[in-house]
Amino acid sequence: MKAEPVSGSLSRAFFALLRRDLLLAFRRRTELLFPVIFLLVVVSLFPLGIGPGPQLLARIAPGVIWIAALLATVISLDGLFRSDFEDGTMEQFVISGHPLTLISLAKIVAHWLVAGLPIVLLSPLLALWMNLPTESLGVMMLTLVLGTPILSLIGSIGVGLTISLKRGGQLLSLLVFPLYVPILIIATAAVMASSDALPYTQFLGLLLAGLITSLTLAPFAAAAALKISLS
Amino acid sequence: MNTTKTVKPRKNPVVMFIHKMGSPPWFYKFTGKFIPWFWLIFGVLTVWGLYLGLVKAPADYLQGESFRIMYLHVPAAWMSMLIYSMMAVMGFIALVWRIRIVEILAMASAPIGAAFTIVTLTAGSLWGRPTWGTYWVWDARLTSELVLLFLYLGVIGLYNSIDEPRKAARAACLLALVGAVNLPIIHYSVKWWNTLHQGSSISLTGGSSIDASMLWPLLIMAIATKFYYAANLLTRTRVSLLEQDIRKSWVREVLKEKS
Amino acid sequence: MSHTPFIWAAYSIGAVVLVWCAVAPLVKRKSLAKDIRRMIQIEERSIDSDS
Repeated sequence: MKAEPVSGSLSRAFFALLRRDLLLAFRRRTELLFPVIFLLVVVSLFPLGIGPGPQLLARIAPGVIWIAALLATVISLDGLFRSDFEDGTMEQFVISGHPLTLISLAKIVAHWLVAGLPIVLLSPLLALWMNLPTESLGVMMLTLVLGTPILSLIGSIGVGLTISLKRGGQLLSLLVFPLYVPILIIATAAVMASSDALPYTQFLGLLLAGLITSLTLAPFAAAAALKISLS
Repeated sequence: MNTTKTVKPRKNPVVMFIHKMGSPPWFYKFTGKFIPWFWLIFGVLTVWGLYLGLVKAPADYLQGESFRIMYLHVPAAWMSMLIYSMMAVMGFIALVWRIRIVEILAMASAPIGAAFTIVTLTAGSLWGRPTWGTYWVWDARLTSELVLLFLYLGVIGLYNSIDEPRKAARAACLLALVGAVNLPIIHYSVKWWNTLHQGSSISLTGGSSIDASMLWPLLIMAIATKFYYAANLLTRTRVSLLEQDIRKSWVREVLKEKS
Repeated sequence: MSHTPFIWAAYSIGAVVLVWCAVAPLVKRKSLAKDIRRMIQIEERSIDSDS
């Protein structure tokens, strides 16, 4: 038998949970920096490994930045539900009577604000390092704004499935990377098209469509995954 | 006066059959009768198909002898995709209706699908070497198959990392479903990515229509692989049932009968 | 370049993978039978020691 939710409205519950997750994240402020530092280190590894030739870097810049974004997202995803799962808060959420889908969505939004948004904000610096042409910077940032939430959304499904495992984080990357392939392909295509002065808006349209689709479907799948993990 | 008549419920044989299949000992006994026949048909079709394909079919005008790898590569590719769809459908049924047998069938399909995907990749790679001069090409089909392999490995990995079998199966089935939804998107984006970066779509079989003498062995091998899947799937499911029910009496009966 | 070694290699690797995939559950069943025999032995021994 489900308990009556304390505050009846769904939106109040959503924002309350969002506030809570953001507050918790900011309490451990140093941990917020880890994905940021990771992003910077990974991108800087490429010139070190491949050579600093500006033309080569410019050619691989969209792919490198996007792959670094994928890696940084996956690393930070694990924290999305784990601490709540481990101390039993997640089970409290399930009993609370609020739909688990809404709870998942709130946590996903919190994750994007804490992990995805920094990627977007850092991208000018990364573009500078990778010698990305300045005309393409706007498109690059747009693809990141549209794409990183999709990464959080699809990633949350993987997190929900692996949350009860000890080495869940490692398995998580194997699970979500194949699902990230289309986003990577379309996002880098957009940036490369803009670098070559070709039309790129169709790719942004596809990303937007992907964002809307995953925004509507992923929270349900993530909730189902959490229910299985909690059973 | 006796007004109440007891009406015997009509037993629908199909429903009864499906119900019986859910019982592990019954499933084990019933499917055991079919497996040897499936292997037999697989063997006959494979020998016939390979004879037609490797011996009788004439060498291709453009590719020489190497096209004969097609009789392994293409049926394996078809199976890798068919098995994933079956796994996703069974996963959906298992998740919605919570039928244990279907959970086990879905999970047993994953390694078979992965095996076919590996065969597709290695055969494709070895076909590519004499055809294009290199062992690996990021063409649409091979790249798609590689991503498909990763999806399979994810399902297998997730299933094997959760201790409780039913929970593990449910989690892996959900993952299989999510992968199935993404598969068309992945296929199209990879196909498109390939044309974007190489200017024209390359295909191992070429755009030309396949001659009848080449087509027959292909179809025979395609059917043969389905019998392989059926036989292997039922074998793996039966062994899974033995493993999960190892403490139950029906398992002891079965293994006593064997020895 | 002769194509035959490639054809041989492709079909051999295919055969190895598919045969292994077919045989693996049979190996597992044998080890299960061994486990059950061991379990039965342990049970019979404990019954004997109880009585």
